[in-house]
Formats: sequence, C-alpha cells, structure tokens
Amino acid sequence: MRDFSVPSDAGRRPSGRLGFAALAAAAIRPLAAAVASDGPRILILSVLGLVFLAPYIWMLSASLKPTDEIFRASMTLLPESWAIAQNYGRVLREVPIARYLLNGAIMCGGILFFQLLFAIPAGYALAKLRFPGRDAVFGFVMLGLLVPAHVPALPLYVGLSALGWLDTFAALIVPSTISVFAIFLFRQFFKQLPDEIIHAARLDGMREGTIVWRIILPNAWPAATAFAIFSVVAHWNDLFWPLIVITGHDHATPALGVLHFRTEEAGDDFGALMAASVLMTAPLLLAFLFAQKRFVEGIATTGLKG
Amino acid sequence: MRESSTGWLLTLPAALAFLLLVLAPTLAAVTLAFTDFELGAGPPAWIGLENFRELLEDQGFLKSFRNTVLYVGLVAPASVALGLALALLIESRAPLRGFFRAVFFLPVVSLTVAMASAWQYLLHPTIGPINAALRAIGIAGPNWLSDSSTVMLSLSAIGVWEGAGFNMVLFMAGLTAIPKELREAAHVDGARSAWERFRLVTWPLLGPTTLFVVTISLIRAVRVFDTVAVLTRGGPNKASEVLLYTMYTEGFTFLRLGYSAAITLVFLAIVLALMWVQTRVMDKRVHYA
Repeated sequence: MRDFSVPSDAGRRPSGRLGFAALAAAAIRPLAAAVASDGPRILILSVLGLVFLAPYIWMLSASLKPTDEIFRASMTLLPESWAIAQNYGRVLREVPIARYLLNGAIMCGGILFFQLLFAIPAGYALAKLRFPGRDAVFGFVMLGLLVPAHVPALPLYVGLSALGWLDTFAALIVPSTISVFAIFLFRQFFKQLPDEIIHAARLDGMREGTIVWRIILPNAWPAATAFAIFSVVAHWNDLFWPLIVITGHDHATPALGVLHFRTEEAGDDFGALMAASVLMTAPLLLAFLFAQKRFVEGIATTGLKG
Repeated sequence: MRESSTGWLLTLPAALAFLLLVLAPTLAAVTLAFTDFELGAGPPAWIGLENFRELLEDQGFLKSFRNTVLYVGLVAPASVALGLALALLIESRAPLRGFFRAVFFLPVVSLTVAMASAWQYLLHPTIGPINAALRAIGIAGPNWLSDSSTVMLSLSAIGVWEGAGFNMVLFMAGLTAIPKELREAAHVDGARSAWERFRLVTWPLLGPTTLFVVTISLIRAVRVFDTVAVLTRGGPNKASEVLLYTMYTEGFTFLRLGYSAAITLVFLAIVLALMWVQTRVMDKRVHYA
C-alpha cells in the first residue's frame, strides 16, 4: 500500500537488444536515485539497523562455528570450518525443542481461547446491552487495567500449590485466562458497531444468544486478530510466570527451555547455546516476517489502547 | 427484561473469572504484605507495617530500588527518543520503509531469553565481538555484565534495544493520524525546513501519543525482569538487583511471601503513580483545540 513506491521509469521495459546490462541498469537506477536523493536517511537507518541486527547476526554466526573458533574471538562472521552438524546436532539431541515449542503453543492457544471466550461476550454486553450493574462492572474493568499481572502472582501461586496444580498446563494457562484489557478492547470495538445491525436482527426475531453467535462474533475478527497477536507475543516471550510455576522439562515453555539449556547443559559451549537460541527464536520471528503488517498493526492498536 | 438478563449472562463468566483470578488474589497480596507469612512456616501473623519498616533498612532492597530507578531513567527516555527518531526517519520517505520498520521491530517479537543469550555472547569479556572490536582499536573493554560499574548500563542498553521498536510502531500510528495537509499548509505559510514543520506541526499534534508512549515506556521499564533473571541474577553482589527480581527471589526462592508481597506493593505503587501522573498531565497539558 505505502511500501516501496518505485519511481515511474522503473516499470519501463528495456527493449530486447539492450540485454542484461540495460536490464540491470534499469533495476539499479531507481535504487541508486533513491540513495542519491535519500542518502542521509538511508545511511543513518542502515547504521542503526546494523546495530539492531548485531545480536541476530552474531548469534547466527556463532551457531555455525566450532568452539575453538568462537574462543579465538575472531571478528569474521563466516566460520573457517563449519560446525552446523555439531552445534545444531547437539541441541537437537539434547534439547526437546519440539516439546518446548508444543508446550508454548498449548499455553498460548489455551490462554487466548479463554481470553476471547470471556472477553467477547462481556465486551459486547458492556458496549451494547443495558443491564443493572453495568457501570459497576465497567468500573472494575478500568480498575483491573491498573493492576499489572505481577501483583496477584504470589496468592495465585499459593492457590495453585494448594490445589496441587503446580507444574501443569493448568498452572500456565488458568491465571491468564481473564484479560480485563481484552474486555476493554472489545467494548471499545463493539461500541463502534452501528446499533441498527442489532436492532434489525432483533426485529427478524433472532434470539439474543444467536445475535452474539451470528452477528457479533463474525464482526469481532479485526479486534480479535489484533488482540491475538498482542496476547501470543506477550505470553510466548514471558519468563516470569512459567519460571514460578514450572519446575521440570515436561511443561517448560520455549523461554524456560532456553534457560534450562543455558544453566544446566550448555556451559561454555556457546555454539550450541546460540544454535538453541536460533531454533527457539525462529518460529515467532518467521510468523512475524510472513504477516508483518498484521503484527505491526496488532501491536500498534493494542499498544495504544493499553 | 430480556436484554438485561442477557447482559448479565454474557458478563457473568468474565466477572467470576475476574473475581477469582484478579480481584481476590490482588486483595490477598495487599493483605499478605502486612503479615509475616512464610510458605511452610505455620500460620501467618499480622505484623502491621513491620515488612515496610524492614524494607527501609534492607540494603539489598534499597539497592534494588535505586537500580530500578536508574534503569527506568536510562531506558525510558532513550527508547522514547530513539523510537520517535526512527518513526520520523522511516515514515518521511518511501524507499525501504517496510524493510527498516521490520528490522527495528524484530526485538519486540523475539524470544527475550534467547536474545539475552545472544547479548551475553556479544558482551562476553574475552570472546565477545564487542570487546574484540575494542581490542582491535587498542581499548581494553570492560567485563560488561560482571562488573558492578557497567552491569546496569549493559542491561539498560539491551532494554533500549528491546523497547525502541515498540515505541517506533506506536509513534508511527500517531504520525499517520496527523493530516498531511497540515504540514503542507505550514510549508506554504513559510515553515521551509523539515525541522520547522516538525516543531510547529508534528510535535504539538503528537502530544497525546508522546505522553502515552512515555508512560507505557516507564511502566515497561519498571517491569524489567527477564534480562536480569537470565543474565545476572541480580549480581555481581546485588549490583543489578531490580524490584521484580528481588520480589521473585524473596517470594519464590526464600518463600518469604509476606515480605515479597510488600515489595509487590511498592512496585504497584510506582505503576499507579505513573498512571496517575499521566492522567493529570493529559487533563492539563496536551489539549489542543
């Protein structure tokens, strides 16, 4: 939509006789022109960009090198002798990567499912229905927005421990199933829906429950996608809560998995540690690269309302 | 009648979950802060403000508090300024816009624990590329994460790296809400330089966004935990203890839940104070007609 608007002469096809050089020139000319007119901007962004990418570049580089090369601390990015099989092999042998990723997916999926299940109906009711006590409920939502998730952590831990639920998926999922932020977000979103849709449905004799299922839910998608990205990114990367309730490997999330490998096994084997980091970072990064626009929009809308 | 019962029915599950999972445990945490509750040490006793009195004399906590203030003071302004600069620079023209936006946004969607390991390698005193580069130009680099004089600086740098792209995206959303015509009108009215147009049009109209980004950056910085838990565990010698990490160790390592709850309340008080300041400023200052 707004990306890469190429100067108009770029689309002009070079005539057949001019061949490759002209083709290359035609391709390079707009870019060169852009850099010429846009030099300082591109230069500053490139330098900053390299700084921002440095951890990724060096992580990838070290994951390809044998240990002795890493310890020579040379500044070359490409290894002299490749150690892909050695580093990644060790990680794949010793670290249950698939298990951690699956655990992360179960946790994020479970949390998101319940968050939407609670928040969409409540958000709709708070936005469109008149019932006694509505303002009080909304007051609690606003109050809940003020409390960071770290505050109820201690009593929740005691409660889960008393129930014997520590070190289970329930311990990972249950405390995050209610998101006042999601309720707030959906309320704001449904407020913008025209009342006429709901009135028309009622006139057609639709029951209230059917209205939620057939009219509200399909209309909630834009807000639900934005919230889903926000929720999954937050919980996938979270270390605080899993560190508290999970002790073993069976229910460890990707964040805990990297931490376990780092403290228990990797030792000075930076090559293997970086390989594990690459493998664990990759899934969400790839998802982002494939759906960039949605990610950025999702974080921007939820961020601005939070 | 039908409408009000539906309203209740639809709100009830959320209300129950909220009571059980947010309200009750939050009130319990507040109550715990006034007891000497220790896990596995018998019934708790009400000790009033004793925990808070102890906090004031606890050198570890005071260090942790000062470190958190330092971290917030470094990370929030730097990540807001960098986020704004990146947003302005990237949005100003079309070439490579999508590419750069993705580059600076990457840390937001990267697994913090894994990237902390990458930073540990970058900052490693002997084998890390940063010190190798410094050696190449004849400077002996410090032991970034294990020296008490540089550890908070290193953690803050990682914090800025994590937060700038998030702020950038928020500023971009704010920028798109400013009509282009206003900047063009300013141009016609004699604001010739880009800086003039920024100062006269963009910056004032960005006021509400900026206030919001500042608040959210402050709160995110107060919540620093992951990098400390992975990289330093509060060390060396408590030089990088921060509030949530101290709360975590007191509560879940030493099982002193009452004391840990008191630290949680300090944390909550800071977050609430920041939000209160935000609404006050919002009411007073950033209006524009």
